[in-house]
Amino acid sequence: MMRIKETIYKWIFTILAFSSLFFLVGITITLFKEGLPLFTEAGVFKTIFGRAWYPTYEPPEFGMLPLILASVWVTFGALAVCVPLGVGSALFLNELASHHQRAILKPLIELLASIPSIVYGFFGMVVVAPFLQKLLNIPVGLTAFTASLILGIMAVPTVCSIAEDALSYVPKSFREASLALGANRWQTLIKVIIPAAGSGISTAIILGMSRAVGETMTVLMVAGGAAMIPTSFFKPVRPMTATIAAEMGETVMGSLHYHALFAIGLLLFLITLLFNIIAEIVSRRYRLKLGLSR
Amino acid sequence: MKHLRSKILALLVAVSLIGAFVVATDALAGKTITIKGSTTVLPIAQVCAEEYMRKNPSAYISVQGGGSGVGIAGIVDGTCDIGDASRPIKDKELEQAVSRGVSPKAHVVAMDGIAVVVHPSNSVSAFTKQQIKDIYTGKVSNWSEVGGSGGEIVVISRDSASGTFEAFNGLALDKEKVRPDALLEASNQAVAGTVAKTPGAIGYIGLGYVTYQVKAIPVNGIECTKETVLSGKYPFARPLFMYTNGKPTGEVEGFLNFVLSDSGQDLVEDAGFVGLQ
Repeated sequence: MMRIKETIYKWIFTILAFSSLFFLVGITITLFKEGLPLFTEAGVFKTIFGRAWYPTYEPPEFGMLPLILASVWVTFGALAVCVPLGVGSALFLNELASHHQRAILKPLIELLASIPSIVYGFFGMVVVAPFLQKLLNIPVGLTAFTASLILGIMAVPTVCSIAEDALSYVPKSFREASLALGANRWQTLIKVIIPAAGSGISTAIILGMSRAVGETMTVLMVAGGAAMIPTSFFKPVRPMTATIAAEMGETVMGSLHYHALFAIGLLLFLITLLFNIIAEIVSRRYRLKLGLSR
Repeated sequence: MKHLRSKILALLVAVSLIGAFVVATDALAGKTITIKGSTTVLPIAQVCAEEYMRKNPSAYISVQGGGSGVGIAGIVDGTCDIGDASRPIKDKELEQAVSRGVSPKAHVVAMDGIAVVVHPSNSVSAFTKQQIKDIYTGKVSNWSEVGGSGGEIVVISRDSASGTFEAFNGLALDKEKVRPDALLEASNQAVAGTVAKTPGAIGYIGLGYVTYQVKAIPVNGIECTKETVLSGKYPFARPLFMYTNGKPTGEVEGFLNFVLSDSGQDLVEDAGFVGLQ
């Protein structure tokens, strides 16, 4: 009797676990099926390195380089914000914070992750962009810089939380050994703790990057959306995600433009996949090097 | 085992009760009309649906946005009864419809004027059609070249797939390419919001979205008002459509008749658009 029950539960959970695989396969197939027609029709090189995005004109142009570069700029801009903030907060939480500070700060930082992205976008559009426009005396506040800033803040909880976990997993014996050998706290931190937690910190940064490159609503609202090859952080740019979000609802289903939007989605998917693979390799390599069981 | 069986039984009963409830409410509510499509037409569909349901308690109308492309695709694949569009159907869409045995029928429900707006502090008070075209195609980049007090022009446009963009591109730019450094916004509200906050900005929005926060500029000496849009004097005016599959019947016909009736057209005016009378 127990065995039947157990078998049923086993199957239910197996199916649940495999359902995400099912979705992943479905999404991948759809992306390839709907995205590839653009590359076959307009040419891979011409699409990825084309400089003009005019999908609705006659003849249409599907140059994605401005969109790809915009995503790259905004993502690295976001990294410049979220790495110091996220890793710094993680170090503080792990090394310096008292028990009370930790108990308050950690949930608060994680709360940042629960704010919906449209709220970040709205905040950026209504408060940050006009402020930056006045402060820096630029023609318009919706720029790559604004988007980077807000994406960076959005990625802080991801980076901080994973980096903090990594730091706290460093065995106590490492620290004790280092201190016993006469190293001071700073030397211990820089030479022992951070290298030992390196895999986790790198994973944190790469996952933060994935978060930034895939974010849609915020960049649609604050990046400005000019489909031009970026030349300055203080000019509007149009990342890939914003293009899909803005144009998908209005385009003719099944048209070349429709396939082009899927092709952008496919590129994005491949980029985040690459990030995740790198994160996995990095963390595995460090684990082996340190001989940690985890 | 017995315990488990009774649990499963209880679950089945619960599911079937919910199912029965859904079916029953659906049946009681009579025919459901689904409307989706253009975000420009959305406010019209919304207020008319509310009023129509108030007058006909048995009717149930579901209204969604999505964009003109979504509305027409909904008519073609039969997932909606009325497809809103701020542009006429395209050849490719018509081909798709014909190949599926669908015959889309257009109903003009209102007129819309596309107002050219700038920041209220801008000293410019008149544009010619040519000046607007020069600004949007990139020939002119400084306010001093079009009679303003200097400073870089921040050109704001809509996503190139939207019905508003398409209408503006055809009416104002003669289908020439918009300068690549133009900012993109995904809705009329977003354009109005950015123009209201950016002193050097120029944008274009539906007449219904013009507020005191932005300054609408007359084009070729003609202001964008209900009268000039309806008379055809204002150069950037366009019809708004609701598409159906073939001649509408039943509740759908009733709803469209309501939209085109005097009280329906009053609602259209209240929503900021131009009625057809």
